[in-house]
Amino acid sequence: MSLLIRHGRVVDPASGIDGVQDVLVVDGRIGTVGPGLRAPQGTQVIDAAGKVVCPGFIDIHVHLREPGFEYKETVASGTRAAAAGGFTAVACMANTVPVNDNRAVTDYILAKARVEGVVRVYAIGAVTRGLRGEQLAEMAEQAEAGCVAFSDDGRCVMNAALYRRAMEYALPFGTPLISHAEDCHLAHGGVMHEGFVSTDLGLTGQPAAAEDVMVARDIVLAELTGAHVHIAHLSTAGAVRLVRDGKARGVRVTAEVTPHHLLLTDEAVRDYDPNTKMQPPLRSNRDVEAVLEGLLDGTIDCVATDHAPHALSEKEGEFAEAASGVVGLETAVPLLLDRLVRPGRLDLSTFVARMSSGPARVLGLPGGSLAPGAAADITILDLERPFTVDPAAFHSRSRNTPFRGVTGTGAPIMTIVGGTVVTP
Amino acid sequence: MGWKRKDLLSLQDLEAAEIRDVLDTAGSMKEIATREIKKVPTLRGKTVVNLFFEASTRTRTSFEIAGKWLSADVVNFSASGSSAEKGESLLDTAKNIEAMSPDVVVVRHKASGAPALLARHLRCAVVNAGDGAHEHPTQGLLDLLTIREKKGHLEGLSVAIVGDITHSRVARSDIHGMKKMGITVTVAGPPTLIPPACQELGVKVSHRLEEAIAHADVIVMLRLQHERMESGLIPSLREYSRVWGLSLDKLKHCRPDVLIMHPGPVNRGVELSPEVADSRYSVILDQVTNGVAVRMAVLYLLAGSQPA
Repeated sequence: MSLLIRHGRVVDPASGIDGVQDVLVVDGRIGTVGPGLRAPQGTQVIDAAGKVVCPGFIDIHVHLREPGFEYKETVASGTRAAAAGGFTAVACMANTVPVNDNRAVTDYILAKARVEGVVRVYAIGAVTRGLRGEQLAEMAEQAEAGCVAFSDDGRCVMNAALYRRAMEYALPFGTPLISHAEDCHLAHGGVMHEGFVSTDLGLTGQPAAAEDVMVARDIVLAELTGAHVHIAHLSTAGAVRLVRDGKARGVRVTAEVTPHHLLLTDEAVRDYDPNTKMQPPLRSNRDVEAVLEGLLDGTIDCVATDHAPHALSEKEGEFAEAASGVVGLETAVPLLLDRLVRPGRLDLSTFVARMSSGPARVLGLPGGSLAPGAAADITILDLERPFTVDPAAFHSRSRNTPFRGVTGTGAPIMTIVGGTVVTP
Repeated sequence: MGWKRKDLLSLQDLEAAEIRDVLDTAGSMKEIATREIKKVPTLRGKTVVNLFFEASTRTRTSFEIAGKWLSADVVNFSASGSSAEKGESLLDTAKNIEAMSPDVVVVRHKASGAPALLARHLRCAVVNAGDGAHEHPTQGLLDLLTIREKKGHLEGLSVAIVGDITHSRVARSDIHGMKKMGITVTVAGPPTLIPPACQELGVKVSHRLEEAIAHADVIVMLRLQHERMESGLIPSLREYSRVWGLSLDKLKHCRPDVLIMHPGPVNRGVELSPEVADSRYSVILDQVTNGVAVRMAVLYLLAGSQPA
């Protein structure tokens, strides 16, 4: 079984390719990339003229909610959403019920993914039992079972001594710790970013310092232990500065940014719409500019959506009471293409790198390039396709997006995993 | 001018002319309180629901009296003993009440933005009777009415608002209303009780009581909630009252015609010494009286001036 993607503009930053070429896929792997390739007998041919052919996009921060919150999302629905949004692989966080803090839960998630998953699923294990921040989870067994990283995401491990030991304990597995950097005392009670808008709305704010303080701590601990710490959903100018400085000094620190922290400020909260409530909160304009700059200069290694599905009933009431988080798998690529790539604020090649090779490198995953022999995970974009964000049409089980009704140009049109077209 | 709004959610939303309209209407409502029979038929057949999710005696009573003097049927719904305690969502509660066809829903809620949420979902008029630390527009209006009565005008006056600005919806409504009416506003309190970027609201910020009140025509003293101590924002009530409480001694350096206001209920001995609360400077009870007039005006403008 083979597949030939013809006449597309191949953008593969990891291999230094940006030009009109053909991609031949044989037995689920990249065979050849080059101009004027001939299709062997029985090859499926895809005409990609005028389209952009990229290594499959990888989202290393999603919440698939299974087990425990199947009314919000399942492995099946979440991976369909991923495929629709142009992602060929996702890594799912541990804050399920039961928590993914032991091998049995990891096995369950990965078994579900094998049977029902539409794209590749990687599991992220908990750092501490029950995400309680008190005792290490059984990370060795979880790593053996396939966990590619460890994180208490949704909560911060406040005890620095425990986090230090977690970093050390994980060293032999070669898996990073992913830090939800939020000092819970500084952030206490805050439901949005602290600034003029929180003052104006009478909502309790949490200062950017709640994130900065913890990013600083984590970099210091990574330096102490030699561990790799990855900063989840980095959102402040201060954190960009700290990570940039850490990298310059050779500390093993990487970072991701979400589409909403690249595109929205705290001004979006003005209508008290709970769909603008997330953790970390939408920040100031200065922060938004800083994270884009960080993404451009490589301080921030990748985009990750922090896809956080919630049911309507959890997102329609009082702002202070509503659940935190927004879905992102089906909106990330179109919105970033329209708002950042199209106006030239982010060049296409860097965009593709931060969506593919960047996240692959952070978690040490296969993929992220179209090099011959690699698994044929491919995302095809149409930069001219108009889109309207219509939550009713989402493949996700949830609709909690702050981008409802937004229109633009540029969208993923085909997602290929292991040589098979999986676009729903 | 004609009143065009469906709801009264904040003073930030209102134009100066609309505020003047409410104050003028309230002025004429005051006369009703002096009659032997305190009732006019203006809102006969209209239903006003007081939807209070947070304890309040004076604001709810004030709205209730206002509605009754205008002949509206006033129903009180308080969260205790209601479906809200059984886990019903705010929207469900509101939709259930709407199904009984009220004309005005008056909402008090601990969550900032709750009245705005209801206003988007309900066809009837919604009045914000205080939402979290956001706004308390009828308090702002009654403060303006009281100042206008006592001083004869608003433009050009100087007001100091003292105390816990961060957590105060009264402060925010006062600031927006007063700024629109041409008043210069200074807010004062310990830095831990002044919200971030407060000067962007268009006010001066002072961390010294004496400096803030020296030239003020009006001083608004805010209530200090005891939980501010537990959350580590101030060390003790004792120290707060010594540094930030208003005593006759501190008033010596103020204008001789200064007015002292307070949204109530007063913590005697904390933000106000008993002598100040009962002094000739205090107009606290005039505020309460004007509260009824302002709420009559608001109910009338929202429910009474529409074609039947």
